[in-house]
Amino acid sequence: MMLGKTAGGLFWMFRYLERAENTARLLEAGWHMALNRSSTASNEWQSVVTTAGVLNAYNQKHDEFSASRVIDFLLRDKDNPSSVMNSIDLARSNARQVRTALSSEVWEATNECWMILKQELARPVAERNLHDLLSTIRYRTSVVRGALYGTMLRNDIFAFSRLGTFLERADNTARILDVKYYLLLPSASFVGSSIDNVQWEVILHSVSAQRSYRWLHGGDISAQGIVDFLVFDRRMPRSLAFCAAETVRYLEQLEQEYGTRQESQILAERMSERMSQNTIESVFQNGLHEFLAEFIADTTQLAKHIEQDFSFYG
Amino acid sequence: MTTTPPCFDEMLISQDQVRDPYSDYYDWFSKEDLKRLRLKSAEAEAFFRKIGITFNVYGQDEADERLIPFDIVPRIISSREWARLERGIDQRVRAINAFLHDIYHRQEILRAGRIPAELIARNAAFLPEMMGVNPPGGVYSHIAGIDLVRTGEDDFFVLEDNVRTPSGVSYMLENRETMLQMFPELFTRMKIRPVSAYPRLLRRSLSNCAPENSPNRKPVVAVLTPGIHNSAYFEHAFLADQMGAELVESTDLSVVDGRIAMRTTQGFQPVDVIYRRVDDAYLDPLNFNPESLLGVPGIMDVYRAGNITLANAPGTGIADDKALYSYMPDIIEFYTGEQAILKNVPTWRCSEADSLAYVLEHLSELVVKEVHGSGGYGMLVGPAANKKELSDFEAKLRAKPANYIAQPTLALSTVPILAKSGLAPRHVDLRPFVLVSPNKIDITPGGLTRVALKQGSLVVNSSQGGGTKDTWVLGD
Repeated sequence: MMLGKTAGGLFWMFRYLERAENTARLLEAGWHMALNRSSTASNEWQSVVTTAGVLNAYNQKHDEFSASRVIDFLLRDKDNPSSVMNSIDLARSNARQVRTALSSEVWEATNECWMILKQELARPVAERNLHDLLSTIRYRTSVVRGALYGTMLRNDIFAFSRLGTFLERADNTARILDVKYYLLLPSASFVGSSIDNVQWEVILHSVSAQRSYRWLHGGDISAQGIVDFLVFDRRMPRSLAFCAAETVRYLEQLEQEYGTRQESQILAERMSERMSQNTIESVFQNGLHEFLAEFIADTTQLAKHIEQDFSFYG
Repeated sequence: MTTTPPCFDEMLISQDQVRDPYSDYYDWFSKEDLKRLRLKSAEAEAFFRKIGITFNVYGQDEADERLIPFDIVPRIISSREWARLERGIDQRVRAINAFLHDIYHRQEILRAGRIPAELIARNAAFLPEMMGVNPPGGVYSHIAGIDLVRTGEDDFFVLEDNVRTPSGVSYMLENRETMLQMFPELFTRMKIRPVSAYPRLLRRSLSNCAPENSPNRKPVVAVLTPGIHNSAYFEHAFLADQMGAELVESTDLSVVDGRIAMRTTQGFQPVDVIYRRVDDAYLDPLNFNPESLLGVPGIMDVYRAGNITLANAPGTGIADDKALYSYMPDIIEFYTGEQAILKNVPTWRCSEADSLAYVLEHLSELVVKEVHGSGGYGMLVGPAANKKELSDFEAKLRAKPANYIAQPTLALSTVPILAKSGLAPRHVDLRPFVLVSPNKIDITPGGLTRVALKQGSLVVNSSQGGGTKDTWVLGD
């Protein structure tokens, strides 16, 4: 038996942790790209902000895209609801809310992550310290994940935690692809020479997948290959198909534990089936952007249904 | 404020003479390296931060979570001293529960003229809604924290009876846990009575008071918290966790089929016992404060029907109201037929003309408290106040004398803390925690020792610069 509020708290705690991690990764990719470029990188910084889904908030505050502004905005700006610090703050306050459902290792790892980042992000981060800081974020969030895996019961608590993670991740990967979709259109790859290797790197880097992509595809970097990998490859833990399958898995686990099949499970199964029935060819044919937009809308819908089905709120 | 020594020091009788209960500890301490101990002290702080034993100070930025400073020198009580305190506390808590039952039923004590009736009738802590209500198990104050101070070898006084929602027990437990981790050798060497049974006993005494008509096979217990912004949220979560109870906010609760139920991922689940950490006024917006967002509408009706246990019962505040405090010796005698074992601090009721005159004349020597205040707020410490503060307070006192009581400034005992230069005496008080079941009273050996960290200060409240110590009761 679990309070609806507790389920909601776990779900959001892990969504926010995933978000913090994704934002850090996105920043790292953008940073990497900016360093490897001779001309101005302001368009790229704009696409980083767009991918993070905070373009409106950014535009309300700044009228140009520069490395230092974007970095500060994404890391620590209070006016950016998805900044790393805000996400970690929210993750921790959700964790406090559900403390009794967490093992002490998970709580302590979350609390320490917050304590350290609060200190590190108290002031703007100098460029020379950015790399270390981003590693700290990745490291500290991994500790929480490790504690979750190592110490938590595999029951509904675990299921709601993982659902939060995978819905956030699915949304994130889809948004990265959507912001870059013009680069991934077949026409671009036909032109061939116009493909900027740095851009491919950025996409793979922002989902921490350069190495795994190379492992599977060698040096053969193509639009189809990347989209196929990030959308359909079930071996890739950040692909849409993987996230959809995991979502189904944890909803099934809840069905077994609770003995009830919920609306959200049907939705998730439908999403996952669409993944296995679709092919990269048909996606390109019918429009990658349309495909991704639909996927993002479906994820949002699914999250809403989970909230209702399990009474997160009154 | 500063006091002039000598006050009674619980460790040292003189420079080189140690009181008995401290002799083993003192032996150990004298051989320790101060540097190592200071390191331990810093370790303890990091430990508290990591597990998040912090509290929010009201009116401060929410992000500003503070630690209550912890001092690593324990406060030690001999088994003989404790046995007496235990008897006194037991007697007091029995009397308080009997008083509460009486005051909400036949009011024999008023008929007997032992307490002025207007002290009850016009008191905001008295809840007319509780008249004739029989709490499940017959217990009113399931959890009590009796504040004690000491002024000499055999002189203990009750400063306050906390029978609404006493806090601090999580510090008692975590302080012990910390000491066990840092100084295991001391626990091998000395016989120190454990405190770790508290959460289990709490769960048991709450379960023993569950309504008899419950639909649940096993009593379902929940801790009701105002939420994560409450200053004691850590403690609420801690106790729920340790008891294996649910931690709920009022938004998780509803009245379903005449019972209180919590909203779970699988629908509503009836609750039997609510250990509530919200004040009476925020319990039920239908019955008490219509402005409150914290309450559960209709919970009082369920309570009156006997379908939920609330711990502590609504209306217990009448028993620890400062206006009634001075009547405690009479209350104890009335219900137990015995003299009070633990003394009250002599108290002037400013509502009485003679007392008021005395208090006004001796304002600079007395401690004056608001009858409804708590946490050390709204209080005058005469010897520490300047002329302006005294005259301001005098005006308040003259305007509403019945709002105040006055007590002599007690020379609180001291226990050393680890200061920069080594051991340094600081004033302390003690809050033992008491659990009341239908047929049993459990008192955890020791309790929470609060210590005024500023030299000479008598104010031990955490909101005003107080810290805590682990409290050891020695075995026989």
